[in-house]
Parts: sequence; structure tokens; C-alpha cells
Amino acid sequence: MTTHTAGASTRHPGLNLGEPHEEAHSANEELVFGFWVFMMSDFIIFGLLFATYVTMLGGTAGGPGPSDLLEMKGAFIETMLLLASSFTFGMASLSLKYHQGTAKLIGWLVVTLLLGLGFLAHELKDFHTMISEGGYPSRSGYLSAFFSLVPLHGLHVAGACLWMLAIFGQMAVHRIDTQVKTGLTRLAILWHFLDIVWIVIFSLVYLGGLT
Amino acid sequence: MRAHESNAQDTQTLDQNTDQNTQAQQRGHDDEDLARERQRDFRSYGWGLFLSLVLTLIPFGVAAFVPLPSIAHWIIIGECAVVQIIVHFRFFLHISFSRNTREDLQLILFTVLIITILAGGTLWILFDLYYRMMPGMAP
Repeated sequence: MTTHTAGASTRHPGLNLGEPHEEAHSANEELVFGFWVFMMSDFIIFGLLFATYVTMLGGTAGGPGPSDLLEMKGAFIETMLLLASSFTFGMASLSLKYHQGTAKLIGWLVVTLLLGLGFLAHELKDFHTMISEGGYPSRSGYLSAFFSLVPLHGLHVAGACLWMLAIFGQMAVHRIDTQVKTGLTRLAILWHFLDIVWIVIFSLVYLGGLT
Repeated sequence: MRAHESNAQDTQTLDQNTDQNTQAQQRGHDDEDLARERQRDFRSYGWGLFLSLVLTLIPFGVAAFVPLPSIAHWIIIGECAVVQIIVHFRFFLHISFSRNTREDLQLILFTVLIITILAGGTLWILFDLYYRMMPGMAP
């Protein structure tokens, strides 16, 4: 990120914690790059599930299709929750990087977690409505494709929330040590990445299916 | 002889002084750099949020309120999605074209290439099959 200062301060892609966090900063060099490789393999899984979804759009087998089941209001609320959580996680990363105090860091993380859980609650409510309207996974090829794509993203968000709870546990025992710092750096990448996958979901599945 | 020694000592202390001075200057520069970096980092997330909001509201607004032929809808939605993905990578994940972060940019671009081949190939082959053999499956 720092283009004019020494190149040594940027050791890995994304937000670098920088020299004041020397130990975590150098540990991140390998950890973050490895995590990016994992993230990109996940990206390919989602890419192929998107392709499967599009090829299955016509396979409703006489059952309900996208315009019968999907709701724009729910998708909009979920989009806003996830976007807000991406921003608040960014604020948490910066409080960590610039030593703005443990209270501020935990505060931003808790807000992020609540937004993530709110997203999950809304999504589960949407799935429940869909299923009660006859849109269950085994109804048609289209619905199977939908339920392998969108809930997989939800599962990722749930996993990220669990990971954050685990980091809270680590913080309670070890304070903010190198492990916590590197963990938060990687969780931030996962969180922002999941928001990117959601952009494709709301554009392709929800808005594409409703127009 | 003694005078010479004390001279040498003087030079030494002088050197130490200048060393301390440059160190202090260095620290001052570091603080300034840190403050500037901090401002830049905060602004990055702010811009990311603002641009993402605009790029989310446009497609939702168009899809909900503007009556257009669906092909025009799809083009607007698709373009906003692509730009918003780039915005997220640039402002939230801090991936840029600067020389320091080249290897990960290459990793991302390579993944995009793989997805294009796999997903694009899937769509091409299957829709060609639908067109020739199962016209009912083409949406």
C-alpha cells in the first residue's frame, strides 16, 4: 500500500499491519498469501455453481421459477446488511492496525458479527418462505441449483461468524497477541470476499431472475 | 598526541550527535508517514462504502422502478456488478496495480481466467445442446 515509503513495509496482498506489529506483520507474509490461494479456489467453486445455476434456469419442471419465489425486498435488506458489515470490519482492521484500543476493536467486531447474524436470519426467513411456497430443493433442477448456490454462501457467512467467536475466545485468554492479529487479518479477507460473492448472487440470481 | 586524541573524541561525539539527530528526524518522518497512511486507509474504506452503495442502489432501483426491456435491465445490472466487484477488490481488499502487490494480482487474474474458461465453457456447451436438442430448457 505504501508506494512512496520502503517497499519492505508491504509484505502481502491487502491491508498490511505494518512495522509497529512487527511479529504479526512478518508472520502474515506467508499466512495471508496462502489464505488468498484458498480464497481463490473457493472463488472457482462459486464460479462453477453460478454457471450451473444459469444452465438450470429453464429446468423448473413445471414447479415455481425465480419470479414466483424470489423477493426483491429481502435481497435488498440482506445486501445492505452485508455491505455495512464489510465496512465495519474494515473499521475494526484499522483500529487494530493503528492501536486505537481494544474496546474500539471489539466494538467494531461485535457490530460486524451482529450484522452478519442479521444477514443469516433474513436469509433463513427467505428460505423458509420459499420452501413453504413449494420451492424446496428436490422440486426441480432449478431449485436444486439454487439451494446448492445461495445456502453455500450462507454457510460461509455462518462459518466466518463462528471463526470470529473463536477469535473472541482467543482474545479473552491471550489478549491481542500475534495469533489474534494474523487471524483477524485473514478473517477480514474472508469477510470482504463473501461480500463480493454476494454481489454476484444478488445481481444474477435475484435481480436477473426478477426482471 | 593527547590533543589529537581529544580531537578524535570530539569528532566521535559529534558523529553520535548527528546520528541521534537523524534518528529523531527519521522517527518524525515515520510518524508523518503513519499519519498519512492512516488517513489514506480510512479514506479507502469510506470511498469503498460510498461507491458500493451507489452501485447497489442503481441496479435495485432500475430493476424495481424503471420499466425497460429486460435486455437493458440485464446490461445495467451486469455492469454495476462488475464495477462493484472491482471497487471491493480495490478499496476493501486493497488490491491495486502498484508494483508491491503484483503477485497476488496475478493470482486473482489467473483465477478469473480459470473461471472464465470453466464457467464460459459450461454455458457455451450446455446452451448449444439445449438449442439443438432440448429447446424447452433454454430460459
